[in-house]
Formats: sequence, C-alpha cells, structure tokens
Amino acid sequence: MIDFEPKSGPFAHTSNSSNRIMYTVVLTLLPAALMGVYQFGLASLQTLLVCSVVAIIAEYICLKLLGRATSACLDGSALLTGLLLAMSLPATVPMWLAAFGSVFAIVVGKQIYGGLGQNLFNPAMLARVMLLICFPVEMTTWAVPTPIDFSGNQVTVPQGWLQFDGVTAATSLSGLQHEPVSLAAQFFGSIGGSLGETSALLILLGGLVLLYRRIIHWAIPVSFIAGLCVPAAIAALIAPESFASPLSQLLSGGAMLGAFYIATDLVTSPTSVRGQLIYGAMCGLLIWLIRSFGNYPEGVAFAVLMVNAASPLIDHYLRPSIFGSKSAVEKS
Amino acid sequence: MLKFLSRRFRGGIHPESYKNLTNAQGIDQHFWPRNVFLSLQLRNGAMLMPLVKPGDTVSRGQLVAKGRNDMVAPIHAPVNGVVTGITQHFSSHPAKLKCDTIIIRANGDRRWGESHKPQNYLSLDAEEIIARVRDAGIVGLGGAGFPTVAKIQFARKGGAHTLVINGGECEPYLTCDDVAMQQYAAEVIAGVKLLLKASGTHKALIGVEDNKPAALEQLRLAAAESDEIEVHAAPSIYPMGSERHLIKYLTGAVVPAGGHAGMLGILVHNIATARAVYQAVRFQRPLVSRVITVSGKGIAAPRNVEVPIGTPVSELLEYCGGVSDSTARLLFGGPMMGQVISSPYIPIDKTVGGILALTEEEVRPRPQSECIRCGQCVRACPMGLMPFQMAAYARLSDFSKTEALGVGHCLSCGACSYVCPSALPLVQYFQFAKGSINANRLKAQRSATAKQLNEERVQRLAKEAEAKAAAKAAKAAARKRPARATAQESES
Repeated sequence: MIDFEPKSGPFAHTSNSSNRIMYTVVLTLLPAALMGVYQFGLASLQTLLVCSVVAIIAEYICLKLLGRATSACLDGSALLTGLLLAMSLPATVPMWLAAFGSVFAIVVGKQIYGGLGQNLFNPAMLARVMLLICFPVEMTTWAVPTPIDFSGNQVTVPQGWLQFDGVTAATSLSGLQHEPVSLAAQFFGSIGGSLGETSALLILLGGLVLLYRRIIHWAIPVSFIAGLCVPAAIAALIAPESFASPLSQLLSGGAMLGAFYIATDLVTSPTSVRGQLIYGAMCGLLIWLIRSFGNYPEGVAFAVLMVNAASPLIDHYLRPSIFGSKSAVEKS
Repeated sequence: MLKFLSRRFRGGIHPESYKNLTNAQGIDQHFWPRNVFLSLQLRNGAMLMPLVKPGDTVSRGQLVAKGRNDMVAPIHAPVNGVVTGITQHFSSHPAKLKCDTIIIRANGDRRWGESHKPQNYLSLDAEEIIARVRDAGIVGLGGAGFPTVAKIQFARKGGAHTLVINGGECEPYLTCDDVAMQQYAAEVIAGVKLLLKASGTHKALIGVEDNKPAALEQLRLAAAESDEIEVHAAPSIYPMGSERHLIKYLTGAVVPAGGHAGMLGILVHNIATARAVYQAVRFQRPLVSRVITVSGKGIAAPRNVEVPIGTPVSELLEYCGGVSDSTARLLFGGPMMGQVISSPYIPIDKTVGGILALTEEEVRPRPQSECIRCGQCVRACPMGLMPFQMAAYARLSDFSKTEALGVGHCLSCGACSYVCPSALPLVQYFQFAKGSINANRLKAQRSATAKQLNEERVQRLAKEAEAKAAAKAAKAAARKRPARATAQESES
C-alpha cells in the first residue's frame, strides 16, 4: 500500500533503537557480572536475579498505574537499572535489601520523574546511596572471594561458593592503609568488593565494546579517568604514604564501572562533548576527594549523583556552537 | 592533514547510499510522454501568464508562458504537440493544490522547433550569456529552483570572486548528477566556463563526493586544460551537498549563520545547472527536460531517465516497469529531504531530481518511544544545534525557547531523525516550530503595521480637526472683520 499522506522526512532511518542500545549495554555487562558469580558464589547469582526481576516487576506496576503501555517494562532500561544496582552491591546482601533497593531505584529514581528519559539522577546509584545510608552494616559487609578452582584436572567448588550467605571481610578501599592488594589482582578481579566491580579488565572490555558501537562517547570515560588519576598522581607524589596510587584508585572499588557504565548513563549525562568533558572530570575529581578525605570508603555513587544534578545546567550553558555563528568562526 | 581536518565540518551522518541501483547504467534517452502538464504557478506562489491558447500547435522549445520579471523563469514547450486545454490540475505542491495548467498532447516528433547554428560560444560576452540563460528559463536544478539568471546578476553586482559547483549529491539513491558528470563532463565544464564569464568570478571549485570516482575522473580529464577550474573530491558525509558545508570544505570559509554564500563573494551552482547553461548558450535550447533518478526497491527497473518537464509521475513510473505492491512511499527527491508525492498525477517540475518508490524495509518506520537523551542527534547535527532540546520545547509549543536554541538555523536535513534510536519525528517538530514562528512574526508585523496606521490616522484626524477649527476661527474672524470694516466704513 502506498501512503500518499504528506509527512515530514526523512524516509530512511538507522536500524538502531533504544531497546537495542539498552540490551547491548546489558550484554556487555554480563561478563563482569558472571565474574562476580565465579568469585563469590551462588549468593551473588541470587542477588543479580532478584535485583533484575524486581526492577522489571516494579517498572511494570508503575506503567500499569500510570496507564502507559506496559510492554515498555521490557525495553531493557529497567533490567539495566536492576543489573547495575546488583553489581554495585556486596555479593552477600540480604535478598529483601536487594529487592527494596530495586523498587526504590525504579519508583523514586525513575518513575516519579516521569519515566524513561526524564530522571535527573542515575536510579541505580540513587538506590545504592539510600541503602548505604539506611543499612550501613549490611552494605559494607564484603564477601571474600571463594572462586571455583579449575587447577589440575578437576574442578573444585569450595564450600563457601555454594553458601547463599557467603564469606565476608573488608574491601580493598576500607582497608587501604592496612593491607595493600596487588594491582594485578584488582585488574583481573580476584579481590573482595562489590559483586560486579572487581574485575577492571572485564568492565574495560565491555566499555570498549560500547565505545566501538558508539553507544557511549569517549569524552566521559576519558575525562572521568583523568579527573580521578591526575589529582591522585599529584597527591601520591607529594605524600605517597597517605594517598593511594592513581592506578590503585582506578582499579579499586566502582571506579571502572563508574567510568564506562554509570557516569556515561545516557539519560543523566550531558550531551555536548564539551559538557561531557567537564562532567566526567568533575565526577572523577569528586570520587578522589570523597575517597581521600571523606568518611565513606567509596565515593563513586555520591560523586555520580552530585554531577548528575549539575548535568542539566551543563547542557544549558555548554551548547555546541552553531555552524557559522561568531564563536564558531573565531575557532576555525 | 591538519588542514584537511580543519576543513571538515562538525556532525553529519553516513546513511546507506543505495546509489549502486542506478549509478552505472548511464542515462536512458528513450522516454517520451503522451501528455505534459505545465503548472502556471510556481511552488513559491509566483504566477505565470500563458502565451498560448487551447487548440494551438506548439513546437518543442517554444515559449508558452512567462513571468513578470527575472525572478520567475519562463516555461517552454517540452514536446511537439497540441495544447488541449488550460485548466486546473495538480501542481507539484504536496498538499495537492490545483492551479492553472497548460496541458499539451505530445506527438512522437522529438525534433526541436527552431534550430540555431552552433556558434563559438566562448567568444560571447557576459551580457549575451546572461540573456540566453534568461530566455532559456533555467532554474537551480539542485532542488531550490531559484532562477539562475537572478543568481548570476546578484553575484555580478556583489562582486563575487569564486564559483562553487556543487556535485555533492549527498542524498541516498540519487545519481542523476553522478551519471550526468560521467557522460557529459565536457558539457559541464563548458557550462562552468560560461558561468565564470557571466558572473564575473575568476575561479571555479567543483566539489564532488568521493563515492563517485568515475564522475571525478571524467571531470578531471575535461578540466585538465583549464587553470581556473579545480576539481576536488569531498568526503562522502551527508549533508556534504549543503551549500554551507561544501563551501566550508572547499574554501575553508564559513558562511555566517543566518547569512548566505554571497556575503563571502561565493556563487554556488549545481552540476546539472552548469550543463543546462551550456545547452542554453551554445544551442539556444531552453530548459525543457532534465535527468531524473527513478529508484528505490519498489521500482521494477531503476535507472536515470532524461524526462521532459511536465511529465506526470504515473507515466514515468510506468516506463520504469511500474511500482511493486510492497511500495510504502513515493517521493520527489531523496529520502532525507524529499517530499511525499501525494498523487501519481502530479507533474514533474524543473526542481525534481529524483522519484523514489521506497518499500517499508527501506523506510524502516518504527514505533516512537521516549527520548533517552543519548545525544546522537547532537553529534549528528551539521549545524551545531541540540535537536532533542529544540524538539522538547517545540512539543510544548514554547516557540520562543525553540527559536532561542536556533531552530531558525536548522537545514531540515534530517540527520537527527535518521540517527534517533527513539524514532522521534524531529524534523516534523522543527517544521512545525518554524511555521509557527513565521506565522507569529507575520502576525506581529501586521499588528505593528495596523497600529502604526491607526496612530497615523489619529494624528491625521487630530490635524484635520485642528485645521478645521483654525479654518472656522479664520472664517469667524473674517466674518467679524468685514463687519468691523463696514462699521469702520460707516463710522468714517
């Protein structure tokens, strides 16, 4: 059937879609999540599932109450929020806490603002900060890695791996001054910490896929890492005994996940390249300040929320210059 | 390398090109219509006066309608035949507007009515070239349809120094300029030389996207002996065929926002226009036909066809094997900026460069979803705008904000809509905003004029009343004076 009704062009479109973007991000996150399962056992698998499923159910109920198309609960955005929340939690949090966090992320973090695309703050980080403030004990009880042993000819599954409450201890950052963790262990992920934040390598690989698929732009990860590492390097040069090295800063805690997955959240980050550079740098710097001088051992979630709040202002003041306008002519 | 980078423009996209459907087959010269329909109203509303009446026999190239001034190009008969009527018929306006139309029934004779001896066209002076371009009714064949003679004269008056020839043809599917360059490179170059002379410019830069290697080679060969003509390959980025962006690439100069190329002393013409100028000057042949790309997956036999102006869309589609059942859209022009054909009986006018029959698979209509602020549109916009923000304000009918964000600079190129993963109809929002802003401005202008007129009227009335009062007083005084005078007389 030929449609003769006049309409504005264009009559060609990319095959890309919002759903595809969301599910690509989810897919690239899976290796790091599975690494968490390998490290911390079935307890972490349970956390991942509870957070994801509860997030989708909460989204469905909100959409139903708002009278919107409920099929949108499967657009991948709720799943991504749940997954990111799970990955930033300790592997052995009680299930009710994980579920509560997921509901909070979707309802207060996203739907109250008007749903997809309207929220000011990253929903997963908002939930994480809420949990950290309300349940500090549960939220800082970190699991000790009890990975499956593939050495030799047989697979050994340690007892701890099968326990749903895991084995717990302090994380690298909270014990920073006491026992140094090797950088290699941080890079490959054989350390204690949040469920999905341990392997910098896998997160980096996932981030590179996102960059290659042009889902995220290089500006935020690059400026984020620079904002974190430059002050860390200066401080470490001046007083190496009281500040962590830049590489350790980058590889520990949620810094890598923050650089590639959380600060780059499409909805809550600025859109112009100049804006993204400032946003990323501010985020990295805040993380370093919170980690070095703050009370909390980990600063990624707080830093991200603070720059999220600045993001509309950045978009307002740092627009790209219009082609042919005075500022553009001066630049060229 | 750095110089090369600095000449690139920001933004732009790489849409699927589909140019290989038609770019290697040359130009089909065998098409001849049964009837042609020549609208007497242009798309901008300007009217033409018919010079023939029903029943007249007309010959190919005969002047059949003319406008009031140089801003309206005259129309010539594209075929030999008989005028069967001057009645209301669809114009090429998308709203299916009807206007007075000369209808000519064509006979099979394809000869020109009048043949002029070919002259040494390079020895003609600028005035003669301009006169012949004017008489030939040439308009910009790139799509805008602005009369070429007016453009040349503005450039002469403005002291333009550089002629840019636009061979960008960045729209997907369209290859009519590509094949014309491949087949008639020498005519294009000759036309460029004539345009240089007529407009008083000294240097011509031809920009062709590098996805047309054959055309580039032919042009380079044809221009090898001419020092004043340079042929450049431009990277294939949509919208390279936009005047501002091609100028930026070729010269490094930036047309000021809200301004036009003439401000930089640059005159821009299309490849096909240059060839039409050559035909008009050398053979004194008016513009009565043009090369049109008929393409898309809905067309049985896609090709480039030389089509007499005024041919109805249906006749041309039939000639190219008809359209398939899976066709979703018929378009004039390319898929990015093209216009919906709202009826198959609409005639082809001078500005149409392509007719596309696109299937659903090519258009990819998708359900619209929420904006996720991904910023793809911001990075795609060649004008440095923030489409998602403008669209959000346009949606709320907050036109002053939309205007402050620069919607007036939007080219409607559609790059933002093309990349949008949420399938937002961004261009539609901007067209809506631009239309409303224009309407508001007109309204404000009208009310300002009305206010001024009213003030003038009040002042005039006050003045008249004053004058009346003064006259009355004078009269009264005059009446008194004679009375006094008579009294004095009687006293004396």
